[in-house]
Amino acid sequence: MSKIKIVHYINQFFAQIGGEEMADYKPEVREGIVGPGAAFMAAFGDEAEIVATVICGDSYFNENVEEAKKTVIDMVKKYNPDLFIAGPAFNAGRYGVACGTIADAVKTELGIPVLTGMYEENPGADMFKAKVYMVATKNSAAGMRDAVGKMAPLALKLARKEKIGASCEEGYMPNGIRVNFFEEKRGSARAVDMLLKKLAGKPFTTEFPMPAFDRVAPNPAVKDMAHAKVALVTSGGIVPKGNPDHIESSSASHYGKYDIEGVMDLTAETYETAHGGYDPVYANEDSDRVLPVDVLRDMEKEGKIGSLHRYFYTTVGNGTAVKSAKAFAAEYAQELKADGVDCVILTST
Amino acid sequence: MVKEIERAGIPVVHVCTVTPISMTVGANRIVPAVAIPHPLGNPALPANEEKALRRNIVEKALKALETEVSEQTIFE
Repeated sequence: MSKIKIVHYINQFFAQIGGEEMADYKPEVREGIVGPGAAFMAAFGDEAEIVATVICGDSYFNENVEEAKKTVIDMVKKYNPDLFIAGPAFNAGRYGVACGTIADAVKTELGIPVLTGMYEENPGADMFKAKVYMVATKNSAAGMRDAVGKMAPLALKLARKEKIGASCEEGYMPNGIRVNFFEEKRGSARAVDMLLKKLAGKPFTTEFPMPAFDRVAPNPAVKDMAHAKVALVTSGGIVPKGNPDHIESSSASHYGKYDIEGVMDLTAETYETAHGGYDPVYANEDSDRVLPVDVLRDMEKEGKIGSLHRYFYTTVGNGTAVKSAKAFAAEYAQELKADGVDCVILTST
Repeated sequence: MVKEIERAGIPVVHVCTVTPISMTVGANRIVPAVAIPHPLGNPALPANEEKALRRNIVEKALKALETEVSEQTIFE
């Protein structure tokens, strides 16, 4: 049997083209392997070959989805591969969304098997895990070896069109597909076994995990904006110059609350971003580009809004655990409420 | 964070560039932004035009907050 042909998709960072300053990089295709492709090739041995690597900047992809999809699909098509691999993206949000989007598009448009991988909290995971095979990886590139170890065998199976086992056996994220099979023990016996384990405080695995739907119903609209107190919140990391509370550039452990009484405009001398997950040049030049204080001050003067709340809340939404972000907001939302804030504009980068 | 603010009973609008992420996360009122590193600005524009662009997005955000919604809504 001839070697399996694979096209691999990676971002500008893993291609060593650059970091955030190069996130606008347009799709480019190179023959053979680039970056993490080497680890895959080592794992494939003689079975498969990465014939080409498509590289695209994360911001470019997410800001020009339709164009990027079309260009990348055309690039992939030329190589007529047996399989398409995207990533792994670990906990890089835009990269994860790009990997999921392009894998899904290649699968639909070209009809070939696809595989991607990322951390479970990556926003791309919830968006695409039911559509494409997606391996759960660690949250940083330090987990590359582990990710390739799980992805490579699954990739070969997919390319050979072999039967794919259950998610817990193959290492992909559960995709909601159920397969009927006969258990050796009947249900009542299994349930009693589980109950006994539970009573003994031992670990057990449920056969029916409850789906985690966390949706909050929308609140009623603001009736009288001309008298409303509007607060600003951001995950874009805007802080007073010097970042006095040392909010981390990624995986933030806390948030900041800053007084903007009398501040009419955020300037390069007074404010900056602490965020390490996007090119900070534009926000550092003028933080109003992320946190629109200047415009809201104008509207306050014109009587379009009642007032701009005296404090803004900020953190860095870069690889920050969902659990942390939830805890931050649960805390400051109570303060906003106690301060009589009527509505919030939350900006994200 | 959007959900926790909403849960506390305060109407909130999420201004962001990658709106599918906002939908997945569960924001109810969403306004698309310009670009990831400058959601409410465009450094390619002269200062006055850039501020007008920002004003336009903020007005959309306020409009969204003044609009009753029963499900997740993107205000284009």
